[in-house]
Amino acid sequence: MKKIVQIIKSFTLWELLIGMKLTGRYLFAKKVTLQFPEEKTPYSPRFRGLHALRRYPNGEERCIACKLCEAVCPALAITIEAEPREDGSRRTTRYDIDLFKCIYCGFCEESCPVDSIVETNMSLYHFENRGENIMTKPMLLAIGDKYEKEIAESKRADAPYR
Amino acid sequence: MPDLKNLTLNFGPQHPAAHGVLRLILEMNGEVIERADPHVGLLHRGTEKLAETKPFNQSIGYMDRLDYVSMMCNEHAYVMAIEKLLGITPPIRAQYIRVMFDEITRILNHLLWLGAHGLDIGAMTVFLYAFREREDLLDCYEAVSGARMHATYYRPGGVYRDLPNAMPQYATSKWRSEKETRKMNESREGSLLDFLEDFISRFPGKVDEYETLLTDNRIWKQRTVGIGVVSPERALALGFTGPMLRGSGVAWDLRKKQPYEVYDKLDFDIPIGVNGDCYDRYLVRMEEMRQSNQIIKQCISWLRANPGEVLLADHKVTPPSREHMKDDMESLIHHFKLYTEGYSVPAGEVYSAVEHPKGEFGIYLVSDGANKPYRLKIRAPGFSHLASLDEMSRGHMLADVVAILSSQDIVFGEIDR
Repeated sequence: MKKIVQIIKSFTLWELLIGMKLTGRYLFAKKVTLQFPEEKTPYSPRFRGLHALRRYPNGEERCIACKLCEAVCPALAITIEAEPREDGSRRTTRYDIDLFKCIYCGFCEESCPVDSIVETNMSLYHFENRGENIMTKPMLLAIGDKYEKEIAESKRADAPYR
Repeated sequence: MPDLKNLTLNFGPQHPAAHGVLRLILEMNGEVIERADPHVGLLHRGTEKLAETKPFNQSIGYMDRLDYVSMMCNEHAYVMAIEKLLGITPPIRAQYIRVMFDEITRILNHLLWLGAHGLDIGAMTVFLYAFREREDLLDCYEAVSGARMHATYYRPGGVYRDLPNAMPQYATSKWRSEKETRKMNESREGSLLDFLEDFISRFPGKVDEYETLLTDNRIWKQRTVGIGVVSPERALALGFTGPMLRGSGVAWDLRKKQPYEVYDKLDFDIPIGVNGDCYDRYLVRMEEMRQSNQIIKQCISWLRANPGEVLLADHKVTPPSREHMKDDMESLIHHFKLYTEGYSVPAGEVYSAVEHPKGEFGIYLVSDGANKPYRLKIRAPGFSHLASLDEMSRGHMLADVVAILSSQDIVFGEIDR
């Protein structure tokens, strides 16, 4: 009897039809695809994307040129030069991140004692010309200024865990 | 009869079925393989040497990039090696989190393997289905670590952050009605553990679907049954580990044989094959996904019931919390010390191995007492698997090489390092 069933199944392409039934069901099912530029997958507040330098609410830049991020960066992507400013406080004169070297491990953000360098949840950016991969201090501060609200929100969401 | 010479065929390094950058020199008699000579090294990045120049913690991120489809398992072996040298044990909750993410990683790896294996043999659909499930697990990766792949999540002494209590949610868009968005966000209402629980309740059904498509399929069977047979004796002699060894019928699994972390407290089985061919290895991996699902389930119920620390409070090794760092001088000193110099480990050597989705992934670490490894050796399972490709594919047809190669689950990140 088992033999007969097997022969019938073999001749009727039974297992292929079962498979086709499954794919057929998915053909008419609701699609899981997202329409990318308009729709995005949700980002966690811990997401590590493009870097930014933040400022205090009074407009003063947070970075104090302690160079911890430079020291901890496994890919040596950060270059910092520092000098005392006219008012005597120590600030960076140069803060470069080479995005080609960066491995987005998040150690710079972890190490920063003043929450200055952060990784935002921006993952969509591009370069058009040679050299644009190096984010300079004004560029990083500009990103920080532009997205301060989002950055502050995601840092606040993650603060209890750190 | 003219004197016929074997045809030498270059397979790769840019062949879609070469799983990355494998260059395979095939000596062929007609369509039959006489000799297969894999050339490796095209993805060599010098991870072992690089690790000698960095404090211990800074190499964690590079471990992710070894086998780039099972990221956290690589980290695990490395972090465990450092912990052994330091003589510290992470908190129990961190151990459960690690085990849970190791098993998530195993499912991730096997799903990608299944998709690629199917694609190589000619089954397109299962690739798309496997990636649909991977998406949810990658969201879990992102929720804990902030990166979808290269997590840098495990640290010596535990894991960096506790599991989040909220999952990110889909925003509304013009493509979907409010109701549809709400439905998509249903599983994301609660914590990460709720999200995972929802996933693992769905997942066995999805594995059934893959099996419906493949297991009985006559084309699939014709391409895999009796292909690349390895006897148990040969499998042991060739240095196989993981599903390759279990597919040949040897019940060897580091999670059972030398349990690390909390595997001895969990209930799971080790599937083994009978014939040692591509089909058996496929079946073993499918069952492993179900078993991993089982382990994750147990971890979730434990983690729910037992909140607590996830990182040791030994601030010679682990950074203090940010709150402490900001208002306690001593913590700030620890913070600066750890992020510049790192920590020094006692001199000595240690080997730590984990049951990686591909086999035994080991880190052999020699320390001379400095804050950097003196020597780091990575034992990659894929390397010994690939070395046996010649033996496994000899006498088979050209198309079978692809099936054998993908059933070995080759990833070049770990082989070339």
